[in-house]
Order: sequence, then C-alpha cells, then structure tokens
Amino acid sequence: MSHLILAAGDPLYVFGVNLAVFIIAALKVLVAFGALMGCVTLMIWFERKVISDMQSRIGPNRWGPFGLLQTLADGIKLFFKEDLIPAQADRFTFKLAPYLALIPALITFSIVPVGGTVTVAHHTFLLQVADPPIGILLLLAMSGLSVYGVILAGWSSGSKYPLISSVRASAQMISYEAALGMTVVTVVLATGSLSTHDIVTSQAHGVWHWNLIRLGIVPFVLFLISITAELNRPPFDVVEAESELVGGFHTEYSSIRFALFFLAEFMNTITMSAVMVTLFFGGPAGYVPNIPHIQWVFPILWFLGKTTLFCFAYVWFRAALPRFRYDQLMDLGWKRLIPLSLAWMLLVAGFIISPAWGFALAALSLVASTFLTRAFDIGLNREAGPDSVLPTVGERPLPPYILRKLTDGDDQ
Amino acid sequence: MANPFNFFGGFKLTFLHIGRPSVTSSYPKEKRPKQPRQHGRHVLNRYEDGMEKCIGCELCAGVCPANCIYVRGLDNPMDHPVSPGERYGYIYEINYLRCIHCDLCVEACPTEAITESKMFEFSFTNRSDAIYTKAELVVDDMGEPKRLPWEDWRAGESAMTGGWMRATAPAGNAEYEGITQWSGDLGVGVRAAEGGQSENRDDAATGSKQLRDAFTSHLEPEDVPLNRRGIAGVITKLEASKVGHLVRKVRA
Repeated sequence: MSHLILAAGDPLYVFGVNLAVFIIAALKVLVAFGALMGCVTLMIWFERKVISDMQSRIGPNRWGPFGLLQTLADGIKLFFKEDLIPAQADRFTFKLAPYLALIPALITFSIVPVGGTVTVAHHTFLLQVADPPIGILLLLAMSGLSVYGVILAGWSSGSKYPLISSVRASAQMISYEAALGMTVVTVVLATGSLSTHDIVTSQAHGVWHWNLIRLGIVPFVLFLISITAELNRPPFDVVEAESELVGGFHTEYSSIRFALFFLAEFMNTITMSAVMVTLFFGGPAGYVPNIPHIQWVFPILWFLGKTTLFCFAYVWFRAALPRFRYDQLMDLGWKRLIPLSLAWMLLVAGFIISPAWGFALAALSLVASTFLTRAFDIGLNREAGPDSVLPTVGERPLPPYILRKLTDGDDQ
Repeated sequence: MANPFNFFGGFKLTFLHIGRPSVTSSYPKEKRPKQPRQHGRHVLNRYEDGMEKCIGCELCAGVCPANCIYVRGLDNPMDHPVSPGERYGYIYEINYLRCIHCDLCVEACPTEAITESKMFEFSFTNRSDAIYTKAELVVDDMGEPKRLPWEDWRAGESAMTGGWMRATAPAGNAEYEGITQWSGDLGVGVRAAEGGQSENRDDAATGSKQLRDAFTSHLEPEDVPLNRRGIAGVITKLEASKVGHLVRKVRA
C-alpha cells in the first residue's frame, strides 16, 4: 500500500521501489544538494555584485572572472580561521545551532518542483526531490524550525546582543508566520491540494492561471513581505541589525560555523524565491518551443529565470529600503498583514463556494476592518483621552520633575 | 501626508544606479585625476639654462613646522657656479618620515626652487630611504623629477606641477590673477598662471581640470556641465546664444 501513496505524487514509484528507483531518488537528492550549494555561492556573489552596482561600487572583482570565485575564497578563509567558543557559551547547543539553521533550508528545497517530468531508462520521474502529499505544509514546518537555529545560537552564545537578537527572531517569527500561513492557505484553497506538484500543474495553462493573477495580487504581496520577514532579510533584518546588535545572533561565531549561518541564510533566500515562484508564478510553467529531445530543459530554464528574478528582488529590497524599527515591524505584522491575509483568505474561500458567499464575506471583511481600524485608532490615541493620566500627544507637557526643577529650582 | 508613491522612489533610484559607472576607482590599477594644487613629493627646480634655483637661504628649513628640511648653503664656485648669484644649496635634505606636506616651504621659497609634484605614492622600506637628498630632489636634465624604485609615478603626475607655488605667488591679491610672477623651469618654460574666481583661466595649461567632470553621472542634473548633457546641453547652449529666440520658437 505504501507505494500507492507514494505513487500519488511522483510517477517514479508507480511500480514500487526497486534498486533503479532507489538510485534515481538518491541521484535526485545529490543533484539537488550540489546544485543548491553551487547556487548559494553564486547567490552570495550575485548579491554582493548587484548591491555594489546599486551603490555605485565595484564589488568583488579579485578572484576569478568578475570575482565569481570570491565566495569560494571567503569559504576557504573562514575554514582556516580559529574556531572560538565563548567561555559563557553552552557548548553543545552552540555547536549544534548552525546545523539547525542549515538543515531546514536544505529540506525546504526538496518540495520545490524544478521542472516537468523526465524519462530516463524507462523510469519517468518528476524533477523535484520529493512530492509528499503534505507538500506545502513542509514549508511552514521548516520555516518554523529554521528559527531554532537563530534562537539557540543567540541563547547559547552567553552574550547579551545575541540573546536580544534571538528574542527578536522568535517574536518576528510568530508575528509573520500567521500571515504567511494564511496566504499559503489561500493558494491551497485555489488549488485544492497541498502537493506542490499539483499547485504548479494547476497554474500551467498560461499567465492568467498563475496564482498571482488568479488570487488577485494581494496574497502574493503579503507572502513576499512575510517571507522576507521570515528570512530576516532587509528591511526586516532587526535580528542581525549591525547598527544595534553588532552582528545579532552570530556575533560570537567564527570560522566555519559563522560560514554555515551565511550558507543557511542565502540558501533560504534561494529556497524562498523558488517557493514563491512555485506558489504564485506557475513554477516551471512557461512557453516551451517544440524542439525534440531537449524540451524538458525549457521548464527548468523558466524556473531558474523566475527564481533569479526574486533573488534580485531581495537584493533590491536590501539596497532600497531602510531597516524597520522594531515596533514598526510588529505593527506591520499584527495590524496590517494578519487582518488583511485573513480577510483575503475568507474572500477567496467565499468566491470558491459561490459569488453570493464571496460578496457576503467581502462585506463582512469591510465591516470588520472598519471596526479594527477604529480599535487601532483608539489604541493609538488612548493616551489623549480626557480621563487619561497620560499627557496629550500634541501638547505634551514637560515631565513633573523637570517642571518642578524649572519653576522652584528645587530638584525634589 | 507623504506621497505614498514616494515609497518606490528608493527602488527607482537604486535600479537606475545599476547602469551608472561606479564611483570607486580601481586604485592601484588606475589613479584618479589629481587636483591641480596637489601637495606631493618635492622637487628642486632648475632654470631653463640648467642652473639650480636654490640659493641656500634656508627659509624653507626655517618655516618648516615639522623640522624635516635640512639645508646648508655655500658660496658658488667661481669657475662653474651651480646657481646664479652668490650662494647655492650645498646640502639639501628632506626627511619624509617627518614631512607633513603643508607646502609652507613652497610658499617661503623666494626663487620658486622648491615645489611639489603631484606624486604622493612613495613607500620606502627603510629609514635611510626616507631622507631625500639633492641627488633625489633636483630635477634631471630634461626637467623631470628623478624616479626612485619605490615611487609610483604615472603619466601626468610630473606635468603641471607647482600648482601651490602658482596659487600662492600673487599673495592672495586678486589683481594679480592670471599674471605670471615666476621664472621658467628647465624643460617646461614659464608655467601658465592659474585662474582664480574669474572664468578666463586656461584649464588645459594649468591642469585645473575639475574632478567633478569625471563624475557627471552622479551629479544633480543642474550641476552637470553643459558639454556633458548631450542634446539637452546643446539646446541649452543654443538658447543662451544669439539664435536663442529661434530655438525657443522651434521648441514651442
């Protein structure tokens, strides 16, 4: 029975699991791992090069053509550096944390469909490492897990800046995970399946079927914002805010462990770009010219092109946007993204049932948002109320102890 | 209330910067144009007939705030004088471990004997190399500074030198602007006067090329020199000229 469950996803397992199937599955894992590692080195180079272009700098240009080997050089350098563990650190957790950051990033990529199907030696299989029935839930699970790397690294360092960073990371994770989950639910509602392969195939019939258009642009924008926050990338990088927290959670890390955090961060960037392409941009869907034998290449190219576009977008965010203040980050997450994603999810669900339900839920959302806005308003202006002990915002008087100082000359 | 579409201004700006040339120069590979009055390594000049300009008066040594110059004068030998006049600089040493390149020596020199080139990239590796003597400082028979192995001379750095000497020669009096008050140099001749506030300066002859010419793409539109604005610059120039009314009519 078990192979029937598997076969529901990948046609590779239709005839059960034998040696050839096992080898193909293992090869898929290896190729995906190798390609991802290669892409990470390219991504680090790409980010440094693009952001230096945007800031009128040159960027890495010493190692290899256009500085392409710079990441490799940095990796080698970090590998040979002294590995320090602070005296106050929890040694086991301190050593464990970088791997906890890295592994979810790797696992998430396994559910991303990179291309269509390929037939090698009479075995037809999907170009994705795994197509589990739970599909996209794995993304949510892994993005939930990936924060453990950050939290434990910060906590186990035995130092205050990393600790603040890890507390920020957990709070940020909770705030944005909800909005993220609800936008994913919107996609799942439209598809009717959790499997990433099904999500992609349901969008395969042209641009108008992409979830980006089909669901309205809003879920995509919400997903983009909340995934950027999940990635701790600018403008949501309060976790490793250099100007506030030295380096954040990786302040105390050095040598190869430090490199692992960066590997994880950039791997996450690539993976999340790929997930975004999968969920909203039809994954490998795109125009395929009728050239025999190499038709399977074009979906991969489409996928790579779209993913690169989002990798570029992340770099662009970093160049264009200043970091959010921590309270602004929380405001955006709780007061805007979560209500909006909730309302949009209801809207999509309603319209899937019938237009009547859709309009009813739209009206309900509007009413609810009015109440919510009013509630936020009251919350913001509460200190200005007549029976409040707090002073009015506009004409805030001086604090009493300073007033006394000014009037009496008595600093009681 | 701020314009919400301003939010995308940052995106536009950063994106447009991708196509622009980078501000960073690949320094050791290429050098930026140097300012016309750059204070670099000193040279001891000679007159056009080959005589040394230094008269050994020690004013430079006296004015030097870092005490890095050591000069001893001597009477000129009667049969083959080194400099015109009575005395010449017999010993002339500058200790570059102490020199702060303030160019007070250049201002003090009554015969424009000591000026500064534009080359400041000289990294000697021992203390004795840091002390430049007459053998290193006096220009050669072509009027060019002697080039030592640890000095990084590039094209143009020995040309148009003495900017600070020319700038300070009229003693800050604007009436002397554009008037040469110095003797000619071996291999160069009389150097052109540097312009001041007025527009009648000869940038090509004095080397007063503005640095901002090199970075037009990073300037505000109104600060870009007209000849760097392409067609828009040509139109603006034409509008300001005698046929301006015609141009305005065509544009309208």
